[in-house]
Formats: sequence, C-alpha cells, structure tokens
Amino acid sequence: MLPVNLITGFLGSGKTTLLKGLLASPELGNSAVLVNEFGEVGLDHHLLERLDDATVLLQSGCLCCTIRGDLSDAIRDLYDRRERGIVPPFDRLVIETTGLADPAPIVATLMNDPIIRHHFRLSNIVTVVDAKNGHSTLREYEESRKQVAVADRIVISKTDIAAPEEVARLNAQVSLLNHTAIRLESSSGSLSATELMASDVYDPMGKSEEVRRWLAAEEHRLQEEEPAHDHDVNRHGMDIVASCLTLDEPLAWPAFAIWLTMLLNRHGQDILRLKGLLNIAGVATPVVIHGVQHTIHAPSHLDAWPDGLARTQIVLITRGLERANLQASLEAFNRAATRG
Amino acid sequence: MCGLCGVLAGADHWSDTAAVPQGSTPSQMHQLRTRIANRVLAHYGLKLTDAPGGLTLRSATGQSALVPHLGTLWTAADRIGRKPLDPLDTELLEALTRAEV
Repeated sequence: MLPVNLITGFLGSGKTTLLKGLLASPELGNSAVLVNEFGEVGLDHHLLERLDDATVLLQSGCLCCTIRGDLSDAIRDLYDRRERGIVPPFDRLVIETTGLADPAPIVATLMNDPIIRHHFRLSNIVTVVDAKNGHSTLREYEESRKQVAVADRIVISKTDIAAPEEVARLNAQVSLLNHTAIRLESSSGSLSATELMASDVYDPMGKSEEVRRWLAAEEHRLQEEEPAHDHDVNRHGMDIVASCLTLDEPLAWPAFAIWLTMLLNRHGQDILRLKGLLNIAGVATPVVIHGVQHTIHAPSHLDAWPDGLARTQIVLITRGLERANLQASLEAFNRAATRG
Repeated sequence: MCGLCGVLAGADHWSDTAAVPQGSTPSQMHQLRTRIANRVLAHYGLKLTDAPGGLTLRSATGQSALVPHLGTLWTAADRIGRKPLDPLDTELLEALTRAEV
C-alpha cells in the first residue's frame, strides 16, 4: 500500500513553501505530488500534477463524505500510469489542498473509493498554521479550526517573522484544538521529512510509537487542564474541543461498533477526529481505531499495551458535544451487551 | 452505495474487521450484535433480524429494509423509524439502563 500524506493549511500559511523544502529532501525524492493550483512559490518536481476541482456528492450523502471526483480520477490515473511504466514507480503520494479545503472529503475519497483504498493508505495529515496570522485566522475561520482539529502533524510556520509571544499564543490555541498532533515550528520550510511524513499509525513499524505518543499527550492535557475550564466549550471563542473517554471494564466489540456507527450517523459532522485504544472483551491485545468524521479506518492490533495497563481510551475532537454525554452513552451501550 | 460511509454494498465495513474474542465464533458475535442492536432499536419501534442473506430491519408498521452492515443500519433506521435515532438521547440511555435491572 502506498502511503499518502495530505498537506493542508489556510490561505497563505506556507503550505507550498513547506512542500518545496520537503521535496528537496532525499526521503521524498520518489514521491508523486498532486496540487490544487500552481501557486506563487514555484514547485520543481518531476512528478507534479494539478487537480481540477470537481466533487461528486453521493445521493443522501453529507458533505464530509463527498467523494472528490477530481481527486479520485487523478489518483486512479496516476496509479494506472505507474503500473504501465509511463511515470516513475513513486513510493509515496503527497496531496496539497487549497487553503479553504475541508480535509474530510479527501480522507473519505482515499478510504472509500473502491479502487484507491486497495492501493493507497492515508499516512497522515499535516496542517500548516502561520505564526503571524494564525491566531486571528483560527478565531475567524471554521475551515482553519477544522484543518487543525484533524491534523496528525501541525507545522507552525513563519516563526522568524512573528514575536515569541505570538508563537506561544498560537501554540496554546492549537493545543486546545488538537493536543495529540505533533507540533513543529518552522521559519524557512526546512523540516525533517521523516518526522513529518513517515512513522504513522497505519504503518506497522510505527503505529505502536504513535499510540504511545497520543496517550502521553492526553496525560499531559489532563495535568494541564484547569477544572474551571472543563466544560466551557466556548473559551477563547472556539467551539472545537478535545476530550477523552475511558472505560476500565472490557468493551464488547459489537456494542462499541453499534455505538460508534450510530454516533457517527447522527453526529459525524461534529466528530472531527477520533483516536482510540480499545480493551476488547476476550481479545488479549489492544485494538487501535482511528477516524476523521464519518470515515473510520479498519481497526488494527498492537502487540502489547503501550503503558502496560489494559483499558479503553478514546480521544475525541468534537464540535459542540459534551464529554459527559458521550461517556454516559458509551457506558450504557457497553452495559447493554453484558446482559444475557 | 451507502451515502454516509461511501461503502459499496457488500464491501467490508470496519465494524466487521475486529478480532473475534477467544472462545467465540463469528456467528455468535453476529448474534450478540443483533441482540444489542435490538435493545437500542426497540426504543424506536424497530427490529433487526440476522438471516443468512444479511440483516433485515423492520418497523412496527411493516416497512422493511435490507442492511448489508452496521454502516448502513442507522440511515435505514432513520428512514423507516418514527424519529431520528441518537445514541446521546437521554430517553434511550434511560431505557437501556432500566432494562438492565
């Protein structure tokens, strides 16, 4: 399966500058790149193609599950030409979105397209936020908050032209929206390609480390969180918050599957990101689950519990949903499974 | 094709892919899944049956729908049920809790 990295970020955040720096590194030299537009920053790469913006809205589908027809066609075509030897046998695909793009339909296309999902896998979502303007952009634009909420890696760009207090304020704001993503600062677009694009939760070699990192991030968040802020979803003008559901007793897989599919059907547009380590009843090893809005990756197993403690932990980044209600619901569904 | 999850009918759904617990068979897991789903669906006047050809959802008024997997169950339930199904619905959670005692 070929890994796909998605680079997103608001208008002018520095996505193309970052991509230009990354493509110069030997690790990404054999990547194919799809961009929405050829911007002001010239990209010089042997396998660079442009996407035309056309979307296919599935009948009765919601916007986040829209299959992007342009993207689907472009990836299929690229793969076909790779197989026929018309283009070099690239080993990674990088997609740069437009500044206003919602990453969810792109993820849905990768995961749900019946052809693409057998040849490509989502590696991670990299979101670029500009240290100079990011604070106001995040306050004002829902698109920008969503791009941060779904990210696996967040690059704070332009730190060389921002005051240290602006960088610190943005870091705090980004952390509230998404505390489990790795955050990196960049002044010139030069960052480690390996750290940004490799080692992901879908990579059998790196997933254990990635899960260990989420759990450490969640532990840190709990230590930092002030109790008075616990349920103030509008603090700092933002309605997107991260929270964690936990369950000490084993989780019945059918109950969890029923709960999550039902939850995503009703509230999927407000569940921007989900990452979970599940203690499934009767299964010795932990199960990892991962999703962006309605799109859930196939669960996978880890060989052992990262911290030695067998318990369910589900990190959610949600919009307007109360943690207490989600926790009560999960517990009720699980209890319903234990009755005869 | 499912409008919400975009999965082709009959294709694998993530809910069908986790490991079967030790000592259980896939068939037992399907039966447990149907039993739990029916505890939820009963609150909305719906019933699910697990037949060899797949899952069938029926309403009290006789409407029915074939559902290939859990990803399509809830859209079908919304369509033929008497009100939108919500796992955060406090009345549903109270009903699930009451049924436990």
